[in-house]
Amino acid sequence: MDISNYLYLSAILFTIGAIGVVVRRNAIVVFMCVELMLNAANLAFVTFSRINGNLDGQVASFFTMVVAACEVVVGLAIIVTMYRSRRSASVDDASLLKR
Amino acid sequence: MTSSHLVYLIALPLFSSAFLILMGRKADKWGHIFATLISAAVFGVGVSEFMAMHSRAGDMRAVTQHLFSWISVGTFQVDASLLLDQLSICFVLLISGVGTLIHIYSIAYMSHDKDRRRFFAYLNFFIAAMLLLVLGDSYLNLYVGWEGVGLASYLLIGFWNQKPTYATAAKKAFVANRVGDVGLSLAIMIAFAQFGSVTFDGVKAGVHGASPAALTALGAMLLLAAAGKSAQFPLQSWLGDAMAGPTPVSALIHAATMVTAGVYLITRSNFIFDGSSTARLLVVIVGGITLLFGALIGTAKDDIKKALAASTMSQIGYMILASGLGPVGYAIAIMHLLTHGFFKAGMFLGAGSVMHGMDDEVNMRRYGAIGKVMPITFATFGLGYLAIIGVPPFAGFYSKDKIIEIAFNAGGTKGIILGGATLLGAAITAFYMTRLMVMTFAGSKRWDDKAHPHESPVLMWLPMVVLAIGSVATGFLFNSGNSLVNWLAPVLNPNNVESGSELMKPIVVSSLALLAVILGVALAVTKYRTVPVEAPEDVSIFTKVARRDLLQDAFNETVLMRPGQILTAGLVKTDYFAIDGLVRLIGAVVSGTSTFLRRIQNGYVRSYALIMVIGALALIATIWVVTL
Amino acid sequence: MSFLTAIMLIPLLGSLIVAILPKDKTKLIKQAAFATSVLVAAITIGAFVNFDSSNKADQFLQDHSWIPSIGADFSLGVDGIGMALILMAAILVPIVILAGWNESQSGKWGVKTFYILILILETMMVGVFSAEDVFLFYVFFEAMLIPVYFLIGGYGQGNRAAAAMKFLLYSLFGGLLMLAAIIGLYVISGNQTGHSFDINTLSSLTIDQSTQNFLFLGFFIAFAIKAPLWPFHTWLPDAARASTPGTSILLLGVLDKVGTYGMMRFCITLFPEATKTFTPIIIVLSVISILYGAFLAIGQKEINGLIAFTSISHFGFITLGIFSMTSQGMSGATLYMVNHGFSTAALFMVGGWMISRRGSSKIEDFGGLQRVTPIMAWCFFIAGMSALALPGLSSFVSEFLVLVGTFTRYPVAAIFGTVGIILAALYVLIVVQKSLHGPTAPGNEGMSDLNLREKVAIAPVIALLVLLGFFPKPLLDAINPAATHVMVHSGVTDPAPKAGK
Repeated sequence: MDISNYLYLSAILFTIGAIGVVVRRNAIVVFMCVELMLNAANLAFVTFSRINGNLDGQVASFFTMVVAACEVVVGLAIIVTMYRSRRSASVDDASLLKR
Repeated sequence: MTSSHLVYLIALPLFSSAFLILMGRKADKWGHIFATLISAAVFGVGVSEFMAMHSRAGDMRAVTQHLFSWISVGTFQVDASLLLDQLSICFVLLISGVGTLIHIYSIAYMSHDKDRRRFFAYLNFFIAAMLLLVLGDSYLNLYVGWEGVGLASYLLIGFWNQKPTYATAAKKAFVANRVGDVGLSLAIMIAFAQFGSVTFDGVKAGVHGASPAALTALGAMLLLAAAGKSAQFPLQSWLGDAMAGPTPVSALIHAATMVTAGVYLITRSNFIFDGSSTARLLVVIVGGITLLFGALIGTAKDDIKKALAASTMSQIGYMILASGLGPVGYAIAIMHLLTHGFFKAGMFLGAGSVMHGMDDEVNMRRYGAIGKVMPITFATFGLGYLAIIGVPPFAGFYSKDKIIEIAFNAGGTKGIILGGATLLGAAITAFYMTRLMVMTFAGSKRWDDKAHPHESPVLMWLPMVVLAIGSVATGFLFNSGNSLVNWLAPVLNPNNVESGSELMKPIVVSSLALLAVILGVALAVTKYRTVPVEAPEDVSIFTKVARRDLLQDAFNETVLMRPGQILTAGLVKTDYFAIDGLVRLIGAVVSGTSTFLRRIQNGYVRSYALIMVIGALALIATIWVVTL
Repeated sequence: MSFLTAIMLIPLLGSLIVAILPKDKTKLIKQAAFATSVLVAAITIGAFVNFDSSNKADQFLQDHSWIPSIGADFSLGVDGIGMALILMAAILVPIVILAGWNESQSGKWGVKTFYILILILETMMVGVFSAEDVFLFYVFFEAMLIPVYFLIGGYGQGNRAAAAMKFLLYSLFGGLLMLAAIIGLYVISGNQTGHSFDINTLSSLTIDQSTQNFLFLGFFIAFAIKAPLWPFHTWLPDAARASTPGTSILLLGVLDKVGTYGMMRFCITLFPEATKTFTPIIIVLSVISILYGAFLAIGQKEINGLIAFTSISHFGFITLGIFSMTSQGMSGATLYMVNHGFSTAALFMVGGWMISRRGSSKIEDFGGLQRVTPIMAWCFFIAGMSALALPGLSSFVSEFLVLVGTFTRYPVAAIFGTVGIILAALYVLIVVQKSLHGPTAPGNEGMSDLNLREKVAIAPVIALLVLLGFFPKPLLDAINPAATHVMVHSGVTDPAPKAGK
């Protein structure tokens, strides 16, 4: 199988994630889309690692995972706090930082 | 020669003035006596200096006193030091002598004023400043006194400044004087740029190497200064309004001493004017115009003080004219200055005495027949009157006839024009002074029954008597054996005392002058036999113009004040709309742009994300395009 | 410990002491601040007495390594010019504190902050006039903006926030240009002598003409804004109207002098060739400032605005003197900086008392004060006379020196400048007549005259105005060598008298 197919898959996943972030209102879903984008990036890293024959990409994907984990911790905490204070998980409701 | 006493002449009245101001109301009871004693002490110092000077030989008479180094920057070295020579001693005696008399007079004249102490403090300050003016040994020291007397004049004209017109008169005097001061400032600058010195000696030493153009400019600037201080054309308009001050002030400052400072300045700078005939011509023109200008105004004034002020202006015109006639004229100018100091001060005090008796009424149309109720005032005023119109052997005869004589002797067309002008001036002087005498002291009584004219107290008439004696005697005294001319010779014209050519015999001139005087007197006596209480309105255009001071205020208003006001208002608008407007425009553009860009920050996370995606795509696209 | 260290550190310590005092003990705070400033003034007078006038080199030198990686040193020292200005600043601070004893209470941040800001400002004022290192100068130059910004914005009246912002933006704009020029100098010094910011090293560089012109402009525009020179002046009237009198005195009396001081010490010393190029333009701008400021002052309807515009006119005289490049002009201009500080202080103090008593700053609301409050009226009158440069008061000496110096080189400019003295008489006498003379205006009847504290505050200023009018010699002796040094350094000599002996 052509190895570039993995890259195509990664690109498709990333695009789906990006569109999800822009289109969906629910914070949890947006969050999951972000995760999707990160994992698409991971897939690309691993693929490149395979193509180049070294481990750099794999190491990078570990970093990404750690970052993603941290992000989940902080992000979910924010979402929970937000939901507690305004009984909604819609990102459009949290638009107080304008102007 | 040096002397260590000169400083007292200035320091005594200066400290007395500051002391009286700082003491405040506590000194109200004795302030006036203290100030008068100080003034008398200054006169005493002056007399002793004069005695000492008189006992020395002609070229040893000048004394100096170095006080301290004032300004020293590079080659600009000015010391505070004083010079008392034959010229300045005349002024010292005049200022402190007449000044003391007027102090005495004011004790009674101002006795009802609750600010009498402040008045005396100002008088002492004036004495100090005026003495500094005549004692300074450099133009810059003179300048300090010059502005000092301007300040004293401002304070005293505006002494009753709760009345807005009086305050305005004071301001007008100060500003007109400041215009003159610009002349003196520039003269000092020219002197420094030309000669590297601003002392009289330094300038005198450098004059020979200077270009005529520089000397003319220097002379013209000194003339401008003199015109401001001495109320000469074209800066004359302040003197009439200055009569807002209390009458003793008018007598001391605006008749006898301060207004003659211009004559002092020109005679003191004789070495400059000797070097430039153009400058001398300018001086003569200014003097000639002013002597007629003042005399004409004098013929139409009903306010006794304003009539006298116009007369002062005219008489100083005589002095300026004389001093512009070169070496022969300087001493004559000083002689007229001194005699004028006596008779004009005496007459002003007389006018004050009349006003004092008439509840401060100044309109001569409401006087009449005062001679009977105020005999001493009448007698002293009458002697001053005879002196000013030049009846022999009173003081004015000697000094004014000399001026007419040297004016004719200037020669050629110039001599005829100047002689004619001075002669005409003499006739008009006789006319307006007779008019003043007749309207005030003779005729029928025109005051209403509320007024109770009475003779003034002794403190007031005593100074008047002393000044009247002066008006009688000084002319003879100064003229016998050419005493004043010889006395002043070392300062004014050491080389050519009798250089003037004699085109007309003195006797001819005197006869002509006397004829003019008789004409003037006769005309006035016939015309003012009866005086209407209200000034007639159906008068010729000339009288109307003369009543309005020959339109001098109207001229200043249209040519200077109005455009100045428009310019000021315009600049205020320019500053707000143009300069600050530009600054505000820049601010508005910046804040407008930021308001516009702020809209992007709408608070929606999803739109931020979209912008990020678009940005990322744009970046990739750019890289793609560039690498292709 | 050198004098300069003491003069700089004591206000800083004082501000720390004020900072730890309890907030509600306002009287104690004021006394502490006042005591500190008096101590500083005393030490500064001591420094002036110890200043060697015959020595034209900078004195009280001290040098500490500061940022070695870029060659910036914390080095201080004063010439006669800096000494005179520090002396003026140190004398003015206690007077300002005493005169405005109660003016901090209306402020946004309370009394304590006010005095902390004032004392910090004093330290910076000393620093800016004694910095021997251009980078250090720049740091003080900009850092000074911080306390002033808060003093205007927090304690003034009217539209104080906007005025403070305008002041800050103007100054920052100028500062930015100066920073660019300083970096330019730094690069050039790196090529010639090794990286340095030392003023003496920098003034010995050889810089080609066009570079000089750019660098000169960078410095000059910053100083012209600070001074302020027409047409960079519009921040000043706004700031003066919005500030408390005390802030105005420090702003116009001391801080603005940094501009004119900088022109002498940096513009002319560092870029003599560029100075020659720009002198004609600057002379014209100065003359415009003199006349324009005077006309605008005549047209003002508010006391503070009037004082601000008189200052613009006076700053015109100062720059005229500096760029006349004659010893009289430069010494006169420096003396003018000192005298203007005291004379403006007197005007703002009395003006401030008048305004606070009447509750209005409009000139038309006053009238007849000479008979209601004679002492206050006298003080205002004397301050006014000093503003119109009456002989016998200090400003005359300096103004005349400036004019005489200018006349020897640029007679036409001097003639126009001299016309300014007529306008000066007008702007002073008009306000004097409107406020002091005439019948007592409504609302002026019950006004109280100066109290003891106010008398004590104004007395030294008036005494100095008179004293320096007759004995400017000690100051002039200190200033002359420094001014001459600036001239000699740029290869200029006084014009000789035209008519030889």
